[in-house]
Amino acid sequence: MAALTREETASLIAEVLEVYPEKAKKDRAKHLMINDKELESSKKCITSNRKSLPGVMTMRGCAYAGSKGVVWGPIKDIISISHGPIGCGQYARAGRRNYYVGTTGVDAFCEMNFTSDFQEKDIVFGGDKKLAKLIDEIEMLFPLNKGISVQSECPIGLIGDDIEAVSKKAAAALNKPVVPVRCEGFRGVSQSLGHHIANDSVRDWIIHNRDGQPFETTPYDVAILGDYNIGGDAWASRILLEEMGLRVVAQWSGDGTLAEMENTPKVKLNLLHCYRSMNYISRHMEEKYGIPWLEYNFFGPTKIKESLRKIASFFDDKIKAGAEAVIEKYTPMMDEVIAKYKPRLEGKKVMLYVGGLRPRHVVGAYEDLGMEVVGTGYEFAHNDDYDRTIKDMGDATLIYDDVTGYEFEEFVKAMKPDLIGSGIKEKYVFHKMGIPFRQLHSWDYSGPYHGCDGFAIFAKDMDLTLNNPCWNLMKTPWQKDASEAEKKAA
Amino acid sequence: MANIMIRQNAAGGLVFYLPKRDLEAAINSIEFDTPEKWGGELKLENGGSYYVDPIAKPPRLPISVRAKRLGAAED
Repeated sequence: MAALTREETASLIAEVLEVYPEKAKKDRAKHLMINDKELESSKKCITSNRKSLPGVMTMRGCAYAGSKGVVWGPIKDIISISHGPIGCGQYARAGRRNYYVGTTGVDAFCEMNFTSDFQEKDIVFGGDKKLAKLIDEIEMLFPLNKGISVQSECPIGLIGDDIEAVSKKAAAALNKPVVPVRCEGFRGVSQSLGHHIANDSVRDWIIHNRDGQPFETTPYDVAILGDYNIGGDAWASRILLEEMGLRVVAQWSGDGTLAEMENTPKVKLNLLHCYRSMNYISRHMEEKYGIPWLEYNFFGPTKIKESLRKIASFFDDKIKAGAEAVIEKYTPMMDEVIAKYKPRLEGKKVMLYVGGLRPRHVVGAYEDLGMEVVGTGYEFAHNDDYDRTIKDMGDATLIYDDVTGYEFEEFVKAMKPDLIGSGIKEKYVFHKMGIPFRQLHSWDYSGPYHGCDGFAIFAKDMDLTLNNPCWNLMKTPWQKDASEAEKKAA
Repeated sequence: MANIMIRQNAAGGLVFYLPKRDLEAAINSIEFDTPEKWGGELKLENGGSYYVDPIAKPPRLPISVRAKRLGAAED
């Protein structure tokens, strides 16, 4: 049962768009749709991956954020240099909570900020010499690094520095991969192109490094792609896969290493969690190495069971039996979680606005808890993401692409969800409106949310947020008295 | 001309993928589909159509090929 009927949702969209000038209204209307489960393709209903309109508040990032922040950053033994002015690297440093095992500054480097700190003279005279010197210094100070990636910030592309030449020279001198990544922030309309550029640079500089080298394989080798280990997510997923008898060779890229990435072409199946950010490399490995890839979803027991069976179907009976055993083992635990939290959360409405995979992947987890997702949207999805979303969402629910700050607030005012799941930029706006809010980018400094262990934490967090007594204190006592007095009088 | 990738989906149908634009669409029909000659005009479910120079049928999909746009789906 949707919160609003199809007609009500349509009139809500029309009402919200009313304030825009004619041209902007026409453009924004294309980015909003009412879900229809019958649809095969989202093409006719929603436009995505277009430049945001100047003047609206958008939550998108840039190509550098997609490459350094998402794909390259979490690889723990590669040092990613933020090549350019200092701000991009410093203000994004360690913000994504990609957990890893290792000693920071010795053999793991994710939480540190390496930057060439461009000054005016570097813009004028070029920064190639500085980069070469920086790489030498890194090698001297951090000899246990396994490789270096050069993540370009905007000025590098603007002044035309030849980071490829510097990288090639350094790679030969150090005998380590030094990867130039052309992820200048001005490329593309959102961080999505950064993911693509990062995948392409992995394809060009990393993935084939160990081709032809001996590697002890088993028939049960898999790789986890697109899990960034936020709050330990990849570990919670890995437990399930290993318990069913698979061998996880590589984690991309949360808690991942260069060696794991180089060994990935030897696996039998690529398991893809975040489709948006890693489908490119999966497609490449499928073509070059003949490795099939599979999208899976480890949010909530229903989807976990479905995914485990789907993964097992690629293997023999031993793994299939393993999957059933894992399901059997964890079902009582999951049922306990649901029994505890469902009565406290049932019937509550949720609105989501996140990036990557979550706007569709977490729907199942909310449904397991008896909650209903009444609206969802992506910051930087493409139409293939929306094709996949249509099936997961309820009929007549609202779907918004690159929603503007104004639209999101108006939708929330009209639909009155009990909980909103989005990012830090939205959080305090909705807190001030008195609506419970969870960050679904960083799990609000909690997590993991993937896997069976993660679901228990997910359910607890949602309960703590939604049923927090502070939401009853939003009105000042005198406002409350007045409204209560009115009620009594009436 | 654009680089495209043709792959097989789980159901056995062909899927068209244009990396440059992240466009993924099922292929409704392929002009030539014999072991000696494979390719020609591809009609996509989104209304677009592309032309691929006919080649011998590739032993394994996916395959990356060059394709010419005949008619794009309006967007």
